[in-house]
Amino acid sequence: MDKLFLVLQREFMSRVKKRSFLLTTVLVPLIFPALFGGLIVLMKKEDESAKQQIIHVLDKSGKFNTESTEKYSFVSVNGDLETAKSAFTESEDYGLLYIPNFDIESPQGFTLYAKSNPNFSTINSIENKIESSIRDEKLKVYEVDKEMLDRLKTSIDLKSLNISEGEEKESDAGVSFGIGYITGFLIYIFMFAYGGQVMQGVIEEKSSKIVEVIVSTVKPFQLMMGKILGVASVGLFQVIIWVVLMGTLFTVVTGVLGLEMPQQAQLSEAAEMAQNSPEAEKAMRLFASIPFTKIILTFIFYFIGGYLLYGSLFAAVGSAVDTASEAQQFMFPIMIPLIAGIVGMSSIINNPDGNVSFWLSIIPFTSPIAMMGRIGFGVPAWELALSMVLLILGFIGTVWLAGRIYRVGILMHGTKVNYKVLAKWFMMKN
Amino acid sequence: MDNVDISIPEGSIYGLLGPNGAGKTTFIRIINQIINTDEGEVRINGDLLNADHISMIGYLPEERGLYKKMKVGEQLVYLGQLRNLPRKEAIKRSKAWCERLGIYEWWNKKIEDLSKGMAQKIQFISTILNEPKLIILDEPFSGFDPVNANLIKDEILELREKGSTIIFSTHRMESVEELCDHIALINNSKKILEGTKKAIKDSYRSNTFLVDHKGAVNGSLSNDFEVLGHEVLEDEMHKSIIQIKNGKLSPNDLLQNLISTTEVHSFIEKVPSINEIFISKVEGGNNG
Repeated sequence: MDKLFLVLQREFMSRVKKRSFLLTTVLVPLIFPALFGGLIVLMKKEDESAKQQIIHVLDKSGKFNTESTEKYSFVSVNGDLETAKSAFTESEDYGLLYIPNFDIESPQGFTLYAKSNPNFSTINSIENKIESSIRDEKLKVYEVDKEMLDRLKTSIDLKSLNISEGEEKESDAGVSFGIGYITGFLIYIFMFAYGGQVMQGVIEEKSSKIVEVIVSTVKPFQLMMGKILGVASVGLFQVIIWVVLMGTLFTVVTGVLGLEMPQQAQLSEAAEMAQNSPEAEKAMRLFASIPFTKIILTFIFYFIGGYLLYGSLFAAVGSAVDTASEAQQFMFPIMIPLIAGIVGMSSIINNPDGNVSFWLSIIPFTSPIAMMGRIGFGVPAWELALSMVLLILGFIGTVWLAGRIYRVGILMHGTKVNYKVLAKWFMMKN
Repeated sequence: MDNVDISIPEGSIYGLLGPNGAGKTTFIRIINQIINTDEGEVRINGDLLNADHISMIGYLPEERGLYKKMKVGEQLVYLGQLRNLPRKEAIKRSKAWCERLGIYEWWNKKIEDLSKGMAQKIQFISTILNEPKLIILDEPFSGFDPVNANLIKDEILELREKGSTIIFSTHRMESVEELCDHIALINNSKKILEGTKKAIKDSYRSNTFLVDHKGAVNGSLSNDFEVLGHEVLEDEMHKSIIQIKNGKLSPNDLLQNLISTTEVHSFIEKVPSINEIFISKVEGGNNG
């Protein structure tokens, strides 16, 4: 155990002392908010600066409603299509919409002439505009009172309650999924980033040829576990720093600049308003109903379990090869289940209790990601227990398997390794 | 390894010889507990090999290296701690050794900033930092520059003086000739020769002598002696290889016989070098 700790300590210190660690640790909490903030500001500016586009309308039917929208202003033109086209070409305007004299029962022949390829949202909004013109026309023809029609529209809000755990809990699919997706994605990223670091570390030890001296003093298994756990503690340490830094940053920024920022005032106004509005009340209620403790505990469990499972596989791959480029062929089978877990998320959002969701969250290779996607929706206790037990068995299994490959692999240089060779190493006695 | 039975006397420098692929490194890895034996056992001072022995062994493998990104001091202390040295003691000894080998000013430098020769010194220090009772050196002179090779040679001899036992694996015979007092020859996973250097060499004596002389020997030698080789040098000098055929005769008899016909300038027994024994044994083994 002492030796394992020594190895762990070295792995931890040698990574934490690196300049790149300091850089990412400090920059990530600064860059990400800055990046997102910048994007939001840019998008807002673009929205504000977006001018109304002028579209010429050559309406042969006389049924088109030329009332301008937020983005487009419609200008009626007369004459035949050819003159309208040439007039449009000479102008600076965005497009020319040609509306033939159509039959409202089977409307067709509408054409938009533009100087560039109009994007999807443009086409969509002009289609909507034409469709609503036709609808108004139909209302007139069928003699339906528009006011009556508006009154037919009803909006209700379905409140969904989860009663599976004894007490009634209000649930919200969006919030549950959001939390699940973010935590699942974090696990996915962490496994790739830090699993890759484990592999790099093993390859480095092998290629610098220090490994033989080390294994004459510690068991290969201790060396492997020391490395895996050392990298894991670097990851946890980094995440903790990020949380603390971002928290401090947020408090400082809002505290120091808060008074000068107009948004701050607006925000508190909004909060006051929210207290009175039923929708905001619902949001507050939902927020309070999210089982944070449960989610955090599950996250930590799957985070560690999944990392151990994949970290040991990455270590085994690292031990089998001499350079990182050789590792590619073995990376593929490791990546597939990870990617399956992330892709499966879309199935989980639609049907958290479905077959796909169930199996993805039970099988240890995908469960760390998939179970995080499901956890917010409420998972039956036995399924959660089964998944956790299987994950524990899973990582014991992969650590054992990886250990057997690792102990042989680290002493092999210049061997051409394929799966058959790996199997041979695995079967090798002692 | 196939039925290899070797006993290494305490305080000796033991040469483990054999061509590449003979099984030397496997043998060494077994002693270092890197791999286990399928059958058979290793005993140190009568005790079966166990984890406690790690702290009394120093190992310099053939494939050797250091963590490139680690600082010299950190690295030595870490490797010392892995050999069960307490941290403080590891620091103290590392510093003392670095001063002794003139690399103390590099204590806080990363290995990647060091020259190859300096890195080799550090590898050597890390091998002997725990004052091991048993030092295992696998091809210690390959890759070392001559200055470092000499330095290591001197340190090895000094460690032996202090009571350490040294196992020295190599396929380079000239270093064996100089350092080892015991030898085992391994080929194709089998031990084919073992004993003290002197005993082995004696057993390969063939009563043959190398003689430098002025004036030809011609046919004046008695039938008890046979000229195996002969070479004419400048200024009437000759070099002859002469074997005593009659087992009852001594070198003095040969010398007397020679003096009566020619002027002897030097007279040396032709003892086979370890290299010659090695080659004859290995080739003989492979052919048979």
